[in-house]
Order: sequence, then structure tokens, then C-alpha cells
Amino acid sequence: MTPAEQAQRTLVIMPAWNESEAIGNTIREVFEFGPACDVLVVDDGSRDNTAQVARDAGALVVQLPFNMGVGGAMRTGFKYAKMHGYHQVIQVDSDGQHDPRDIKAVLDGLQDADIVIGARFADKGNYTVHGPRKWAMNVLAWTISKIAGTQLTDVTSGFRAANAKTIRQYVDHYPAEYLGDTIDSLVVAIRSGCTVRQVGVSMRERQGGTPSHDPVKAAIYLGRSAFALLFALTRKKNIPSSN
Amino acid sequence: MATLVGFIFVLVILLIIFEMLRRRHLREKYAVLWIIIGIGVLVLVAFPQLLFWASGVLGVRVPSNLLFAMALLLLVLVCLHLSFEQSQAEDEIRVLAEEVGILRLKVQELETRGTRDESGHSSDARGGGKPPETNL
Ligand SMILES: Nc1nc2c(ncn2[C@@H]2O[C@H](COP(=O)(O)OP(=O)(O)OP(=O)(O)O)[C@@H](O)[C@H]2O)c(=O)[nH]1
Ligand SMILES: [Mg+2]
Repeated sequence: MTPAEQAQRTLVIMPAWNESEAIGNTIREVFEFGPACDVLVVDDGSRDNTAQVARDAGALVVQLPFNMGVGGAMRTGFKYAKMHGYHQVIQVDSDGQHDPRDIKAVLDGLQDADIVIGARFADKGNYTVHGPRKWAMNVLAWTISKIAGTQLTDVTSGFRAANAKTIRQYVDHYPAEYLGDTIDSLVVAIRSGCTVRQVGVSMRERQGGTPSHDPVKAAIYLGRSAFALLFALTRKKNIPSSN
Repeated sequence: MATLVGFIFVLVILLIIFEMLRRRHLREKYAVLWIIIGIGVLVLVAFPQLLFWASGVLGVRVPSNLLFAMALLLLVLVCLHLSFEQSQAEDEIRVLAEEVGILRLKVQELETRGTRDESGHSSDARGGGKPPETNL
């Protein structure tokens, strides 16, 4: 493998939980419309045949023996990426809400930042949220923009890319707690010296299956995200290890 | 004087909880109950009249008895929560042990098959995806 090729080594990480309806198509679309990459599906104790569908679609599949949430799944993915020397990773939802055609644009953002967030802009696509979840998202976006020193509008987006430095940082410190995969991980990465920027992406409808959020959870989301943010802000810094 | 000591004591405990959270020595789900209890006690220490008022409303003759009852109730809740989490953790360990046992058997099968195949062609046991080289 030439150094140029090696610099391109990309891993797409897809957390998946009971996502057999949509995941097959999502993976095929990633291979078709995305850059050259490997796809790692982290199947988190699904009760359906998500793993089989993903394998048939050509993805590498890690099956966790019980549910650990998106944070736990992503930790596994980052560890895999570090072990196998990938240079960049990108997290993509397995329900097909993230358009695989945007993967390249998000990855390109890594040229001048360590973390790139694919932000669901109001002017691109037609993704909407309401009520407490929306207020929470606004407060979080405002606060984290301040820390990051750059304008971020969608910090809870799960469509995000990381370079090798960030992968190392994540492996040392990627919280598996509720919401840890979005807020806490981002804040600590910034405080550990990783730079962030965002790239506008469109958000599509779920391509099948059922959403994991309901209104009650959305209300709890507001309180817990404030709590998560508070702790993330006071968290000790940790410098990414060098290997 | 006694109130002041109580106040400082609770405050120190709360600070320890926050510091442990910050350093990730304590997980959020365990801290929530303790923080609620701590803040409750702080309020009671700051406004002792609340206790007298509450015992009056509830018909408890000696206010301190209400305090003891509440303390017991909260401790029982905390214990229950810990038992619940412990049970869950044991379940997960059991699942992991099962998985490891099964994986061990699979590795053994692969090893014996590997030595058998050594004379001929080495079999390609990989599935659909191609796992890249490892550098652990
Ligand atoms: N590994 C793992 N993945 C999960 C879990 N819960 C959800 N996911 C995956 O995370 C991604 C996002 O989950 P969604 O339920 O779509 O959440 P969302 O996109 O924020 O919300 P919606 O607008 O309702 O779709 C999907 O790929 C899910 O399969 C989980 O417990 N474990
Ligand atoms: Mg979704």
C-alpha cells in the first residue's frame, strides 16, 4: 500500500440496534455513493437479524453481547479503528437518515479540523425537532460554540468524522454514559486540544424501523443534557496518548 | 454551632461527589440519588422550621423522628438501587462468560482445523468483509 493510499484509510462506523429494515440499504448506499472505505457495524444486542443483514451487505460486524447504548458501541468502533490503524473514521446512523452522498464532504472537513460535525442545517434538507428537545439542542449548541471558538449549530448530530489524533483521544476517553456520545465526548475532545468545525448536510427521513425517541424521553433529555454539559465543562483535561 | 457543622459536613460530601463525578470515579446514575439527598439535607439544615412544619402536617409528634424515618427510607432506596445495579452487572458478566466459553471452543476448532490443513492449502475462514492487518 502506498503512503497516499494509506492516508485515505477510512472506517465508517455504524451503531445499530434493531435496524434490520434499513441497515442493508444504508450500507449498500455507503459503498455506492461514499468514498473508498470499510464499514464497521456495531450491533448492540439487537433482537432482530441486523447483524446478518449487515454482513450480507458487505460490512464488518461486531456483535456486542448486550446493549450498551450508542456511546458503548462507538467506543468499540474507535478501538477497532485504532487497533487496525485507520486514519479517519466517520459515524453514520444505520437508519439511513444520514445521506451517504454527504460522507465525502464531512471527511474533507478533516483537512482543517480534528473533528467534523455534519450539521442538519435548517436550509439544507427538512429535518425538524420540536419542544424540549429543540430548546436543549439550542442551548447546547450555543454553549459548545463558545468553548470551541467556532459557530456550531447542531452539536447532537451523530454524523461526525474524526482523524487519527481524535481517535486516540476518544479511545482514552469516550464516555459510554447517556448522551456521552454527543455532548461529553465533544467537549472533552475540545478541551484536550482537538479542533472542531461543521459542514452542512441534509437529513433524510428514517428509511425504515422505529425511532428510539418518544416525547417523555425528549423531556428528560433537556434536564440530562444540562447535567451532562455541566460535568463535561468541569471535566479534567486529558491529552491524547501518542500511540 | 451544630447547624454550622452540619452544613459544612453536607457541603463537603457534596463537593466530594462532584469531584468524583468529574474524575469519572463515580457514574452519573449513582450520583443522582446522593446529590438529591445532599441538597435535601442542606435545605433542612438551612431552614429547620421546615422539619417542624412537615412533622406537624404529617402528625409526627417528635420532629426528629420524622428525620430518622426519612433517613431510613432514603438509605433503603439507595440500597435497593445498588442491589438492582449489582444484579444487572452480574447478569452481564454471566453473558460475557458464556460468550468467552463459546469463543474458546470456536478458536479450538479453528486451530485443529488449521493444523489439519497445514499440509494442503490453508483454508480461508474469513467471512464477507476483509479484516485489515492488526497492529495492537
Ligand atoms: N449500538 C447502538 N445503536 C443504537 C442504539 N440506539 C440507537 N442506535 C442507533 O443509533 C442511530 C440513531 O438512532 P435513532 O433512533 O435514529 O436516533 P435519532 O436519529 O437521534 O432520532 P430519530 O429522529 O428518532 O431517528 C441508529 O443507527 C440506531 O440504530 C443502541 O442502544 N445501541
Ligand atoms: Mg435516526
